[in-house]
Amino acid sequence: MKRLFPILAVLTAILLGYSFYQAMFVAPTDQMQGDVYRIIYYHVPSAWTAFVFFLTNFIASIVYLIRRNPKADAVAVAAAEIGVVFCTVVLVTGPLWARPVWGIWWTWDIRLTSTLVLWLIYVSYLVLRRFSSGGQTPVLAAALAVFGALDVPLVYFSIWFFRTQHPQPVVGGGGSIDPRMLQVWMLNWAAFLCFAGLVFWQRYRLEVLQQEVEETQALEALLDAGSSR
Amino acid sequence: MNSTHYLYAAYTATWIIHLSYLWTIVGRYRRLHSKMEELKKSNAA
Repeated sequence: MKRLFPILAVLTAILLGYSFYQAMFVAPTDQMQGDVYRIIYYHVPSAWTAFVFFLTNFIASIVYLIRRNPKADAVAVAAAEIGVVFCTVVLVTGPLWARPVWGIWWTWDIRLTSTLVLWLIYVSYLVLRRFSSGGQTPVLAAALAVFGALDVPLVYFSIWFFRTQHPQPVVGGGGSIDPRMLQVWMLNWAAFLCFAGLVFWQRYRLEVLQQEVEETQALEALLDAGSSR
Repeated sequence: MNSTHYLYAAYTATWIIHLSYLWTIVGRYRRLHSKMEELKKSNAA
């Protein structure tokens, strides 16, 4: 496995470079927005990647609540962190796209607000994990994650059911997109998914190491207490 | 500001966020690794 990681990292870097080239120089220019529309190739794949990792966190949290398996807890924490990073990218690139196209940085419509709420829910999950040291912390965090995941479909389907400033879906929502744009879009999503998968792998290993350190410290404290009696 | 500048800003911001996060992972891994080594040494002693 240790040998596999550098190979996959190099392949992912090549894929990211190629998809960047396609997004910047090969995909056709949008007639209405000009070149600024190319933000879509980072903005939307980042949002979808965040959804994938929030879903992973949701499943791992349910598994943890049922089986109390520490590995499921490690998967949940790692997935939540990766999801928050990608959701941060969405919340930063969104306003940078909105300003030249809509003339405003931000508006409190349902898609944007629910995305911000989603980010806040998972940031609070990570804050809970970071600053609470009680034995029940993973259980409380898992319960929070299960409720937090309910916001994911609200974010995704909000533009289907409500009139918003945000554009209507062009994939699977009745809209249309140039096939060459769609191809570059999917290529970028694949590249970001590979990148996120590799980061997740390392973050999971870090969490497992953290659990080992905590177990060793607890064991040492027990041995110290026993020897001092 | 030219609208293309917003495109460059978005792409740059994306990679700043990702690289900053990778940096925090490397830092945390180093701290935990050295802590684990200390614990192993103290247990051996």
